[in-house]
Amino acid sequence: MKTYILRRLGQSFFILLGVSFITFLLLYILPADPARQIAGRSATPEAVANIRAQLGLDQPLFVQYWNYLINLFQGDFGRSYLQKTDVAELIQSRMAPTLLLMFSAILIELLIGLAAGIYSAVRRGKGGDKTIMVLSFIGVSSPQFIAAILVLYIFAVKLSWFPIGGYGTFAHLVLPALTLGVLGSGWYSRVMRSSMIDILRQDYIRTARAKGAKENRVVFVHAFRNAVLPIVAMIGIDIGIFMSGIVVVESVFGWPGIGQLAWQAIQRVDIPIIMGVTLVSAIAIVIGNLIADLLAPFVDPRIKLKG
Amino acid sequence: MKTFKRLLKRKIALFSFAVIILIVASAIFAPLLAPYDPNQQFEQGLTLQGSPLAPNSEFILGTDLLGRDLLSRLMYGARTSLFIGLLANGFAVLLGTFIGVVAGFVRGRIGSAIMRFTDLMMAFPALLLAITLAAIFSPSLFIVALVIAMVNWVQIARVIYTQTISISEKEFIEASRSLGATNTRILRRHVLPHLAPFVMVWATLGISTTVLLEATLSFLGIGVRPPTPSWGNIIFENQTYFSTAPWLVFIPGAAIILLALAFNFLGDALRDELDPTQRGRQ
Repeated sequence: MKTYILRRLGQSFFILLGVSFITFLLLYILPADPARQIAGRSATPEAVANIRAQLGLDQPLFVQYWNYLINLFQGDFGRSYLQKTDVAELIQSRMAPTLLLMFSAILIELLIGLAAGIYSAVRRGKGGDKTIMVLSFIGVSSPQFIAAILVLYIFAVKLSWFPIGGYGTFAHLVLPALTLGVLGSGWYSRVMRSSMIDILRQDYIRTARAKGAKENRVVFVHAFRNAVLPIVAMIGIDIGIFMSGIVVVESVFGWPGIGQLAWQAIQRVDIPIIMGVTLVSAIAIVIGNLIADLLAPFVDPRIKLKG
Repeated sequence: MKTFKRLLKRKIALFSFAVIILIVASAIFAPLLAPYDPNQQFEQGLTLQGSPLAPNSEFILGTDLLGRDLLSRLMYGARTSLFIGLLANGFAVLLGTFIGVVAGFVRGRIGSAIMRFTDLMMAFPALLLAITLAAIFSPSLFIVALVIAMVNWVQIARVIYTQTISISEKEFIEASRSLGATNTRILRRHVLPHLAPFVMVWATLGISTTVLLEATLSFLGIGVRPPTPSWGNIIFENQTYFSTAPWLVFIPGAAIILLALAFNFLGDALRDELDPTQRGRQ
């Protein structure tokens, strides 16, 4: 267990290093020139060159990357080109709203996805199952921005049940969390259904039934505990998907999280912020997967983590 | 052909085929079928206050914020969305299959190096990457397709890698090798034909992913540039009117969902037909 964790942490470190290098490389070869952006259109070439030297942009790629890494290890993500604030601080201030939105959405995904998946598996081939599977496909096939605008139109504009956007109260949270959660539950219900169907076919389920266990007990105790494992792994992957998908939902609902920060930075070519958000997202993805793997033996004691 | 016939017996697959054919046909024949020029701004296409017109007898699906015919823009937009969807997905499938086969067939150090690289790509926040690239390279149709492909090949590579390994360990491969077949021959005659169904399934499912990604990029205003219509940028241009002229957002929205849904249904049905291990789950 200990060696396993150490090995996985080592792997994660290299993955993050790789992500940081590729992002750096991509942003380095970009045709956009941040120095010119900061200086403005009417700046003289000398002024632009000055700014470039100040930011260290005149140095070769590897020197720039090395300096960036050294700072990174000291917890310094650099300074925003345009806002002149520490990137780490900016990200930190945006973290709470994003985490709140993310966990609410995952909760909704689990509630809807697990219930629908179990129901579908138990009533396999019946009308209810077919309806749920079609609905789950619609969820999977709908882009977040369309769903976001649709719920805004219905619940904020027409019914005025919820505010049209912003942050602060529970009412502000409902629509963005529902958008992400309901769409995402499509995947959860499909995975839960097929995992449940596999398990319900096992011999020990037949044994439980033969012993006279009630159907509810068979489904929710015997089968559920065995079938839920893929869902745990999915939450790990989901965190990664959220870190990107949240850009769209946050920008539609004016939710002041990391996604909105990233989107504003991309429009202004504020490279340190883009780098920072990409890295933080990658860290979230790596941690999400790591936690999912570490949780697996607790959910299913047959799994042993090999060092 | 047999698979195809069996596929058509499923109602959902048949429905998906119909939707795809309808959309493809209206894209190809847009110049013949579209009632108006998609970029023509009609004076009678706006109300006296300058707002878009709701669906009416002259403009069947109404007009957009500039008084252009929405139906014509949708038909021409289908061309852009399909073109990018197919092109990007084609790139992604080719790249993913190639990398997956190489890693799975060669294995050893090269194979595991390649797979570590895909691990790395999996940790990339994909949409963020696509948005950044698309925002900064001034997007042409080709660049948008390329960006989407760069984000989407990883999944395919991993599926093909696993399949390649499981096929290369089959006894008939060993038999063929012991008869003196070269690697190239084994690859061409045995491995690739067995991979074909998986590639087909993922190619179908992938179109829906690429169509959705194109729509999202265009919605953020960094995909296909107006005035060239694409389903995503029609929504992008008109989004401020969503409360007064909701059809401008929801009709193209429905089109996007319908197309993605059709390819998802089709890919899923195809998987059931082609992959016997999945069949029992239906």
